[in-house]
Amino acid sequence: MFELNKTLTWQALALLWDEIRDFLITLGRMGCDFCGVLKYILKLKINCKETIEQSKRFAYDSIPISLTIVGMTSAIIAMQLAPELAKQGGADYTGMLSALVMVRELAVVMSGFAIISMVGSSFASEIASMSVTEQLNAMKVLKVDPIEYLIVPRFVAGFLFMPAVFILSATFGLICAGYVSKITADLSLLNYYTSLWHGLYVRDIFIAILKASFFGGTIALISCSCGYSTRGGAKEVGIATTKAVVWSFLAIALWDFIFASVFYL
Amino acid sequence: MSLEVKNLSKSFEGKKVLNNISFKIENGQTLGVIGFSGSGKSTLLKIISGILEKDSGEIIYPKDSEIAMSFQYSALFDFLDVYDNIAFPLVERKEFRSKYTKEQISQIVSEKLKMVGLQGIEDLYPSELSGGMQKRVGFARAIVTDPKIILYDEPTAGLDPVTSTMIEDYIVQLKKELNASCVVVTHQLSTIKRAVDYVIMLYQGIIVFKGTVSELLSGQNDYARQFVSASINGPMNIATR
Repeated sequence: MFELNKTLTWQALALLWDEIRDFLITLGRMGCDFCGVLKYILKLKINCKETIEQSKRFAYDSIPISLTIVGMTSAIIAMQLAPELAKQGGADYTGMLSALVMVRELAVVMSGFAIISMVGSSFASEIASMSVTEQLNAMKVLKVDPIEYLIVPRFVAGFLFMPAVFILSATFGLICAGYVSKITADLSLLNYYTSLWHGLYVRDIFIAILKASFFGGTIALISCSCGYSTRGGAKEVGIATTKAVVWSFLAIALWDFIFASVFYL
Repeated sequence: MSLEVKNLSKSFEGKKVLNNISFKIENGQTLGVIGFSGSGKSTLLKIISGILEKDSGEIIYPKDSEIAMSFQYSALFDFLDVYDNIAFPLVERKEFRSKYTKEQISQIVSEKLKMVGLQGIEDLYPSELSGGMQKRVGFARAIVTDPKIILYDEPTAGLDPVTSTMIEDYIVQLKKELNASCVVVTHQLSTIKRAVDYVIMLYQGIIVFKGTVSELLSGQNDYARQFVSASINGPMNIATR
């Protein structure tokens, strides 16, 4: 019995070590890819045509899903918040609270989640498929660096256009919250918008825009990096996509924590 | 343009895949590389082309020469049409971008497509082409920079015999037109007979046969005889493949 327990403990420790090793290898690869990306950006070697193409995917293709998710979330929050505040006599604060919650946290985080599911996963699977079908090797033989051609444009697109997605989503979310407050708590739109301005601070908006840029760049980098290091076949493409999504979610949560600690603590 | 490989070795996770491989190809010659699956043939090509790093040894060729590679499954960029696939290095590499105008690139692409017997398919995507056509587009993309060393990884794999013959003819024709040195990794004896001057045979990462095609077919070498006769009995242990 003792021997069996010992064996199981060793097996569990070995599995844990495998996980830790895998985590460190992935982190190391992402670090190397980021250095590669940075090298090209600092040299201003950015493929404009590809960057425009990827920006279209980032900013345009992800808009419907971002608007839907942020709109729904803000509507739900207003639905919960407005009647409660109205009961306590604080209905006039609905707009202000919605603005604080949406601009500081929810709009940027929710649009980040939307971008991960819509764009990040497609980046990862696309590059992973290219890797397993030797298209990345072909690129290397043709002396075109896949980091320059594939990852840099996606990273730049993410960094520059995620703020645009955030601004649109947050605006749409606040409009949705206003209408829901009117329906659920009979709050006039004029009152809602007047209160909303009290919750909007220029500093918050700038911090959120910066945060959105970091989110966008991180999602693009993680997704591309997971795809780029894929070897094998169809199963590994699936694993890479899942890994990209999970890592991106974790990275967003981590960035959000860091931003909150640095700017609001 | 000669290519020389000296004492090349490569291991993966402690297992030696290539062990002290040496050979030389003179200008305009084609070397065939044969062997069982997993004998290190594709690894050899990947090291010569720069996809993989070698552990030790030397690969010697003139510094200014281009190396091109045709992949087993063509490896065409599926998000680009045939024109953009072939023009890819000319458009993306600074030295060619500054050298050629758009019109010149277009002319080069047409010329290379003509060399592999394909015309009027510039707007098609790789998924719209047959296996043989994909191979030939892959050849056209490989030769677009006028390379002096061309590597072919299983050029006739998965093709019917007639298309295979056509592909073998193109390998010979392209070598002549570009005056290039070629390395052809293949399992097909027909490719060896039609397109190759010299042959090396790999088994467990070492060269077990080196000679001309007629020497390969003469049956004097035990390894070569087993491979040519497709026999399961011989010095090569099938269980270790």
